[in-house]
Amino acid sequence: MIDVQAIRNDFPLLQQKIYNRPLVYFDNAATTQKPQIVIDTTNEYYQKYNSNIHRGVHSLSEKMTESYENARRTIKGFVNAQYQHEIIFTSGTTEAVNLVAFSFGEKFIKKDDEIILSQLEHHSNIVPWQLMCERTGAKIKVIPATYSGDLDLSAYERLFSDKTKIVSVNHVSNSLGTINDIEKIIKIAHCHNVPVFIDGAQGIHHQPVDVQKLDCDFYAFSGHKIYGPTGIGVLYGKEKWLNEMPPYKGGGDMIKAVTFEKTTYNDLPFKFEAGTTNFIGAIGLSAAIKYIEKIGRQNIFEYEELLLNYATEKIKTIPDIRIYGTSENKISVISFLVGKIHHFDTGMMLDKMDIAVRTGNHCNQPIMKFYGIEGTVRASLSFYNTTSEIDYLIESLLKIKQLFA
Amino acid sequence: MLKMTIDQAQEQIVEEFSVFADWMEKYTYLIDLSKELQGFKEEYRNGNNLIKGCQSQVWLQDEYKEGKITFYADSDAIITKGMIALLVRVLSDRTPDEIATAELWFVDKIGLKTHLSPTRSNGLISMIKQMKLYALAYKAKYQS
Repeated sequence: MIDVQAIRNDFPLLQQKIYNRPLVYFDNAATTQKPQIVIDTTNEYYQKYNSNIHRGVHSLSEKMTESYENARRTIKGFVNAQYQHEIIFTSGTTEAVNLVAFSFGEKFIKKDDEIILSQLEHHSNIVPWQLMCERTGAKIKVIPATYSGDLDLSAYERLFSDKTKIVSVNHVSNSLGTINDIEKIIKIAHCHNVPVFIDGAQGIHHQPVDVQKLDCDFYAFSGHKIYGPTGIGVLYGKEKWLNEMPPYKGGGDMIKAVTFEKTTYNDLPFKFEAGTTNFIGAIGLSAAIKYIEKIGRQNIFEYEELLLNYATEKIKTIPDIRIYGTSENKISVISFLVGKIHHFDTGMMLDKMDIAVRTGNHCNQPIMKFYGIEGTVRASLSFYNTTSEIDYLIESLLKIKQLFA
Repeated sequence: MLKMTIDQAQEQIVEEFSVFADWMEKYTYLIDLSKELQGFKEEYRNGNNLIKGCQSQVWLQDEYKEGKITFYADSDAIITKGMIALLVRVLSDRTPDEIATAELWFVDKIGLKTHLSPTRSNGLISMIKQMKLYALAYKAKYQS
């Protein structure tokens, strides 16, 4: 098990007070805080090594390029990709979805084709596909969710037809915390010869991910949700798909030769990394991953499970509490409403009590509609959170309940 | 009795809030105010009157009579509704001119400015904008 007090000391932001009390940060599904090592690494690179990658002959540029490619190697190892060039740096998960929706769509999807998404998707894994469908005339099919927030996989199987071209689902639901059975989802799709894109924005930092074992065709995640910097993300894609897909954006570094008649594109991964990437962000992300690996993903998973169980049991003791997302397989996210109190009222009051949560529809309007609500209060916990912080949340919720009674 | 000016109404609110020692008392008062907000009829709760914030929703109905605009508003969130009660007290039952030129300084003075911050997205800023737009529209219609 992990030493949470020692870990908390690694995160400078957690040391501060927001109003009068130490901050309780329960908004980790929105973004995570950064350990000192990520902040220091980023600073150090700006102070000592900043220089554009792949371009200069000078030693600074060479050093920077090497560090950038080392970061790629770290990430390759982290997700266990077969090749380093299967790791594409993007600005985040959203850009990765847009990239695949565009490039895969251009190459493989035509009018009346079908793609499969799920009811649990974040808007970022819906809208890019809708844009693609508008361009191509393809249609979206949706895997329904059950009341507990699990995907109905027998309904999923029935969605396939000979027109199905790709499945795109999240690893973990951002609003409910459900861990989807992506192994099974991928297997079923592959039985139909359909590739699968996994939106791992909420998944990868809670569970070990091995893309070869999963056999997923694409897996994307964001740096800022995994204790790394903002503005950097990763798209893993199988070489065979990435090679066949046309570029998503044009610009420097993604080309071999340019004439006004014809441009030939660079090899992977550079074909998909047009312009100057967030190279220092990539190095910061690599530092974050090394930090996580040092603690151990299995240790993190076990501790966060303990937090989830503790919080769920405690929060259930509040009269009239409604928890949304009660899957057997969940990450440490609890979406809830207290009696008839509006999520915004609860969130405002919690903020006054120095507890940061997210309120609203969590960019997940279809699932809110499914439950017939406008939004929820979401407490999302990380391995630097403690059981005493959970106790304080419960205590505060009881106070709020009294206030609005 | 003569109706208070917009500034006087704001001064009165500031005075009311001056007795509260902490945020808890202020918010308890906002909750009380939300319960006292009157005049909003169920029929006003329609799509035309809806001001959709990302976090809470606000409905705003206007009524023009004898040169003055009356506002009726409601929200699904209680704190937002308490704020509405204050805003309606200041801006409702006024001439279009008064509303259009009103400066709402009381929110800052009672320490609840964050509720009018664009990042809160609770529909209140849009509501004030809408109130002012109504005022300008009536002004153009009846006073030009």
